[in-house]
Amino acid sequence: MSEQKPASRNELMVVAAARALEGKRVCFVGVGLPNIAVNLAKRTVAPQMELVYEAGVFGANPARLPLSIGDPTIVTGSTATVSMHDLFGLYLQGGRIDVGFLGGAQIDKYGNLNTTVIGDYAAPKTRLPGSGGACEIAINAKEIMVIMRQSTRSFVSTLDFRTSPGHLGGAAASATLRREQGWGGSGPSVVVTDLAVYGFNSDGEMELRSIHPGATLDEVKSTIGWEIRTPANVPETPSPTAEELRLIREELDPTGAYV
Amino acid sequence: MRDAIAAHVHDGDTVAIEGFTHCISFAAGHEIIRQKRRDLTLARMTPDLVYDQMVAAGCAKKLIFSWLGNPGVGSLHAIRRRTEPAALAAGETLLEMEEYSHHGMVGRYVAGAHRLPFYPLRSYSESDLPKVNPLIRQVESPYGDGKIWAVPPLNPDVAIIHAQRADEEGNVQMWGLLGCQKEAAFAAKRVIAVVEEIVPTSVIRADPNRTIVPGLIVNAVVHEPFGAHPSYVQGDYDRDNAFYREWDTISRDPAATEAWLKEWVYDLPDRAAYVAKFGASYFKGLTPPSAPSGVVDYGDYR
Repeated sequence: MSEQKPASRNELMVVAAARALEGKRVCFVGVGLPNIAVNLAKRTVAPQMELVYEAGVFGANPARLPLSIGDPTIVTGSTATVSMHDLFGLYLQGGRIDVGFLGGAQIDKYGNLNTTVIGDYAAPKTRLPGSGGACEIAINAKEIMVIMRQSTRSFVSTLDFRTSPGHLGGAAASATLRREQGWGGSGPSVVVTDLAVYGFNSDGEMELRSIHPGATLDEVKSTIGWEIRTPANVPETPSPTAEELRLIREELDPTGAYV
Repeated sequence: MRDAIAAHVHDGDTVAIEGFTHCISFAAGHEIIRQKRRDLTLARMTPDLVYDQMVAAGCAKKLIFSWLGNPGVGSLHAIRRRTEPAALAAGETLLEMEEYSHHGMVGRYVAGAHRLPFYPLRSYSESDLPKVNPLIRQVESPYGDGKIWAVPPLNPDVAIIHAQRADEEGNVQMWGLLGCQKEAAFAAKRVIAVVEEIVPTSVIRADPNRTIVPGLIVNAVVHEPFGAHPSYVQGDYDRDNAFYREWDTISRDPAATEAWLKEWVYDLPDRAAYVAKFGASYFKGLTPPSAPSGVVDYGDYR
């Protein structure tokens, strides 16, 4: 076998996200990077996982990487193909989803997400796609994982628009609200970027958990728009295996469109 | 198609061409462009390329939607040029926008179809969406268990749905991603059903579970093979992902967008000419290998 190229930062991100799904049962898949991470997890650490696509599929078995969230490959060989009314009502709001995978243009330290606009809503600098299913996944899935590239533009102290709630302004207020308003989920648990993996502390605030091979603490801190909580010793994210890299490069993203 | 659009889509109408990634009637969108309809309110969960093209052609004054992008690729550039003040061309106005989440959009059609005053859902707590869309409101549960979010009914003047097959009465059968085609059709005042194949009524009645819309509510049935391209029809042809990527380049440039509309819409009389221009071998390349379902037995109860 020929020598493998070392993992790129995007590959480190996808592999770390896939590994965070170990043992999970029912996962709601988003477009783009979440799509690749979830499909990698299904082929490695979580073969029993049911993939749920908002387009109306429960238990997808995609034979190729779906380019769009409504690719025909998610239908053929799936467990159930249903209307979107059923998907959002019976499956998501009904509380059948363990993990919702989200991305965004902006995230703040409590894991709140913006996918709507950069700038003012009425006169935006950049118009983004909007919620799609994100705001309802954020409150109805039992747990939320986030995958996105990290920069001072995306990791911000104040969101331009809050599309999807995370831990709001902190864990205490968030828990009260979730209980009082009957939310099904407990909010974000893991954030994976191209530089590091983060969790959330008991205050609901983002906290550094591990740094990817090749990235430094300075680089991590200088690309976050607030003072990130950091433990005394930060471990290194375990490197991808040769098989994980092979799956990404040969099966999931052979043209390198995403990773 | 020409007659169906002429009869059922009028200037100022609210039009819903539904179909979630799957079965989007581009043939209807292009005919609306050719007939130069104006001031339309365009409703769709995901405006997709079909509404980007209709906005570029000047058909729309308003969008009602829940996810505004080129799925799997990026942005809808013609629509963005009408939403970002810095990108607005001289003499153009900003599009009116009314924005929901996916569950909210589905719920609007459901409320419309059921003749209910609103659809309750849990979605909008602590999101900024209700701040920018005053039609997303809260109501008190009559059973004393707190407040719940509500979205209003949506009753389009016309819904246009695409599917695999129908009979001449307009009984429509569809498989694959169902999106909210059924809900949008039942909510609409008029329905145009566009299908790949017209089949005898006996075919429909041999598999009644697969019928999503009865002819009772359909005003026009249009036989339009490949009418959903560049979106796809499950089992018939694949999504033309290469075109979705190409549109990203075309639509970034207003002149290239205009040239594309001239070549592929205005200068062609109908969808058959569009299909012929691509050529039969092009569509052969989009045809998937077969994966038939098993046959179920409904029983004969005389």
